[in-house]
Amino acid sequence: MPDQQPNKPAGVPEDSSTELSSAFPETPTLGAMGAQPLLEKEDLSHTPPQSAEAVSVVDREVARSLWQDAWRELRRNPVFLISGVLIVFLVLVAIWPGLFTSTSPLTCDLSKSQLGPTSGHPFGFDTQGCDVYARTIHGARASITVGVFATAGSALLGTLMGGLAGFFGGWIDAIISRIADIFFGIPILLGGLVFLSVIPSQSIWVVVGFIVVLGWPQIARIARGAVITAKQQDYVTAAQALGASNSRMLLRHIMPNALAPIIVVSTIALGTYISLEATLSYLGVGLKPPTVSWGIDISAAADTFRNAPHMLLFPAGALCITILAFIMLGDAVRDALDPKLR
Amino acid sequence: MASPVSSVPAEEAIEAAVEKPVERGEPILQVRDLEKHFPLTQGILIKKQVGAVKAVDGVSFDLYQGETLGIVGESGCGKSTLAKVLMNLERATAGQVLYKGEDISRASGRALKAIRRNIQMVFQDPYTSLNPRMTVGDIIGEPFEIHPEVAPKGDRRKAVQDLLDVVGLNPEYINRYPHQFSGGQRQRIGIARGLALKPEVIIADEPVSALDVSVQAQVINLLEQLQDEFNLSYMFIAHDLSIVRHISDRVGVMYLGKMVEIGSDEEIYEHPTHPYTQALLSAVPVPDPSGREGRERILLSGDIPSPANPPSGCRFRTRCWKAQEKCSIDVPLLAVPEVFRGQSTPAAHASACHFAEDVDVVGAG
Amino acid sequence: MSTAVSARAKTGDTEEAPLLQVRDLHVEFRTRDGVAKAVNGVNYSVRAGETLAILGESGSGKSVSSQAVMGILDSPPGFVTGGEIMFKGRDLLKLSNEERRKVRGAQMAMVFQDALSSLNPVHTVGTQLGEMYRVHKGSSRKDAKLKAIELMERVGIPGAKERVNQYPHQFSGGMRQRVMIAMALALEPDLIIADEPTTALDVTVQAQVMELLGDLQREYNMGLILITHDLGVVADVADKIAVMYAGRIVETAPVHELYARPAHPYTRGLLDSIPRLDQKGQELYAIKGLPPNLLRIPSGCAFNPRCPMAQDICRSEVPPLHAVTEQDGRALPGRGSACHFWKETLHG
Repeated sequence: MPDQQPNKPAGVPEDSSTELSSAFPETPTLGAMGAQPLLEKEDLSHTPPQSAEAVSVVDREVARSLWQDAWRELRRNPVFLISGVLIVFLVLVAIWPGLFTSTSPLTCDLSKSQLGPTSGHPFGFDTQGCDVYARTIHGARASITVGVFATAGSALLGTLMGGLAGFFGGWIDAIISRIADIFFGIPILLGGLVFLSVIPSQSIWVVVGFIVVLGWPQIARIARGAVITAKQQDYVTAAQALGASNSRMLLRHIMPNALAPIIVVSTIALGTYISLEATLSYLGVGLKPPTVSWGIDISAAADTFRNAPHMLLFPAGALCITILAFIMLGDAVRDALDPKLR
Repeated sequence: MASPVSSVPAEEAIEAAVEKPVERGEPILQVRDLEKHFPLTQGILIKKQVGAVKAVDGVSFDLYQGETLGIVGESGCGKSTLAKVLMNLERATAGQVLYKGEDISRASGRALKAIRRNIQMVFQDPYTSLNPRMTVGDIIGEPFEIHPEVAPKGDRRKAVQDLLDVVGLNPEYINRYPHQFSGGQRQRIGIARGLALKPEVIIADEPVSALDVSVQAQVINLLEQLQDEFNLSYMFIAHDLSIVRHISDRVGVMYLGKMVEIGSDEEIYEHPTHPYTQALLSAVPVPDPSGREGRERILLSGDIPSPANPPSGCRFRTRCWKAQEKCSIDVPLLAVPEVFRGQSTPAAHASACHFAEDVDVVGAG
Repeated sequence: MSTAVSARAKTGDTEEAPLLQVRDLHVEFRTRDGVAKAVNGVNYSVRAGETLAILGESGSGKSVSSQAVMGILDSPPGFVTGGEIMFKGRDLLKLSNEERRKVRGAQMAMVFQDALSSLNPVHTVGTQLGEMYRVHKGSSRKDAKLKAIELMERVGIPGAKERVNQYPHQFSGGMRQRVMIAMALALEPDLIIADEPTTALDVTVQAQVMELLGDLQREYNMGLILITHDLGVVADVADKIAVMYAGRIVETAPVHELYARPAHPYTRGLLDSIPRLDQKGQELYAIKGLPPNLLRIPSGCAFNPRCPMAQDICRSEVPPLHAVTEQDGRALPGRGSACHFWKETLHG
């Protein structure tokens, strides 16, 4: 095999080993960083002066899977740490808003309409005289719920459909891919305006369902490609040659190796789904009062921006930070799971 | 993968055959007129076949128990497709693969699973042939999960460690992942996986071509040592003629989907009678400048024609310096050429050429 | 072959300065895991009309050192950290990027292993060949095309007039490599660096391409650096060989002598470990162990953990490139071995 350093970002040749390599158990070995090979058995027997020591050193090195490597990579990435802290905070807010405010977002006092920040009410009041801080805190739940469940739903559906299409190919692939194309072709805002305005229910789950229906083709495309790539690898052929069943090949060999790009795209999509919910709510077809949502509040505040900018700035700021946090997370996850994409 | 009802008796026959012992020197695998054509289609919805890539087009040979049969040829000659068809990873278009006398080319279900235990494969690329998400123990232990009858559950870890030991790796490495090993070590893991089911036949498709020169020798030695230890029959596919000569008892040369010459290693390397074999051998660089001074090099003109549209008659004629009109009309058969028939020279071996002639191109004895 | 020999003799007689002289070159890759020392003090020279083969396995630094010469090292992570590269009397490392760019292509060119990825798939072969003239010499479109056809004929591509308008994917592997060679040749450089030019090709095509390279080199009296891992390919065309291991040259020799009498245990191990077409051997000799990790090159001689002759001194002292002599002290020109025990290896 010829030298390949220039093709590898890290520039470290693949075949490399000495007995010393195992003395550095902390060396990361993710993807392009090159293998961290071990002592060959022959070496042990042929180099008696070093063998005893070498064996004990080898034993100390832990075996790490690629997932574990990715996790180590993530932990060292400041982007992940910042977004991670933000997301943990946002999730806490979404689950227990009561921890952060004792004011109810629905107790409003019209006499305080559009008042600016005062003590005890740091974000001021909206047109209805509701506390903007309380509404911003309580609005997190809608955004996070929609984001998380819409992502989970479209990832599951998309992976299933894309996985089947990629694995079986042929007419199954043709049918699934065409269906995905149809959904992919629907403009998401137009679809939302039409679809959500004819559905009477205003439950959060309708919005989640709508996003899943329009969002799965994106994941399915990625999943299909990843499955096709993984399917062509020799280890799948090897499993087939051993007599493995289709389900074994799909679940043990193909899926674990196709998962990384699906996770990456899903995490990045999460941010966009949150903004989509806000957009739909802003347009009046997403969530509706009395549900508390940033999108609804931004919509309501837009008309009075000149008189009471605080009404718009606080929920909009919260939305921006949330979306940014999830997109940063997606970026960090991509860097860790799919170094080639960098 | 449909298994018609009529195949049931055949299935039982195959399962019975799998258990049958074969004497050393008897054929264990007999390939007869094997064809694999990949259809070329046009149209998106209604697919119309407009031709076929004749990757393997009428190949016959025997693999004897305990021997190594080398298959050489350039890229596109069909040698890798041949391996896949023998492994039942691709279905043959026509022809037979007789394993201990039973045709396995259409086997399915239980019969196929039984065959898989006895015919295993070693792959070319040690970087893509091991699942990066599985530990070495899971990779080598997977054959036991698929064929639980080979090793009872409690013994599996021990069996895997024994296999690691057999291929020269430290049994302690059982919990490591493939990316923690070098290319040569990974290839050993692949070999251990192939050995797990105690097969009788191993088909090795370019098993060392992705490895460094200094590591190649280690793996070749390991393969030879395992053959002696477990009485394996190898089909060794490679493009490197030197390695094939080293490891093989007999050698077959493929060109554009056909076997053009087959014989013992001495017959092929010292008395090649097919012009393609002669050109191939003369082109191999020998790592010894003084040794090659006496060698005459045959430089072929042109490229290999497309297997979708092979030349009529002899497929090699478009690049052959001996080609005459006869070559474009009559397909030469793989048999002992007439000029050598009945003689006891090493040149009297099967060669598919109308104008076969014994030429020593390698130059040394 | 006779013309080749006389050409070699000519250049050997005149004591002109070599075309390219690399002195004490150091290259390292700064990675997250540490510094990988890819090239550690390499010296070699190439004269006009001479072929130097650099032989080594993956990670030996053979490609990296020539990328440094060519000025196409990926930087970062690769850095040239020492030495000089004298090309026609100038130290390339002291030139500005702009000046180096002018040297590249016009005075030294490179042929890569993978011709398909080195050619642009959306332009015809003729356009890509002609571009060399249009950019460097300001030729007109029509002249450039004529030149392209001429070049393609020169490298033995049949039907050049028609094929000049074809795209790279319409060429076979061997023909693509010919196009790459034509491209390297376009501006008649003084030096061609060929990095594994035939590794991706079939044996019969390999022979054609190597022959072409050799012919062209003689015709244009160029220097040729051939980088390869294949001991067989080298034997055919090279005048002298430098064997690299772990970023150092461990042995240099005229091609015939290296094969006949290696003076370094690594070279000897390599020669013993490859099966021969013309000999049916017994068990192959196998060099034990694995090539070293460049992040942690063994102390002393880098080959010591794998060497059958290693002594204490090999683990503590880096062997210099000793001048190799006959037993009676007669000098062997061009031969060197970086082994403490070269005498035992050569004569023992």
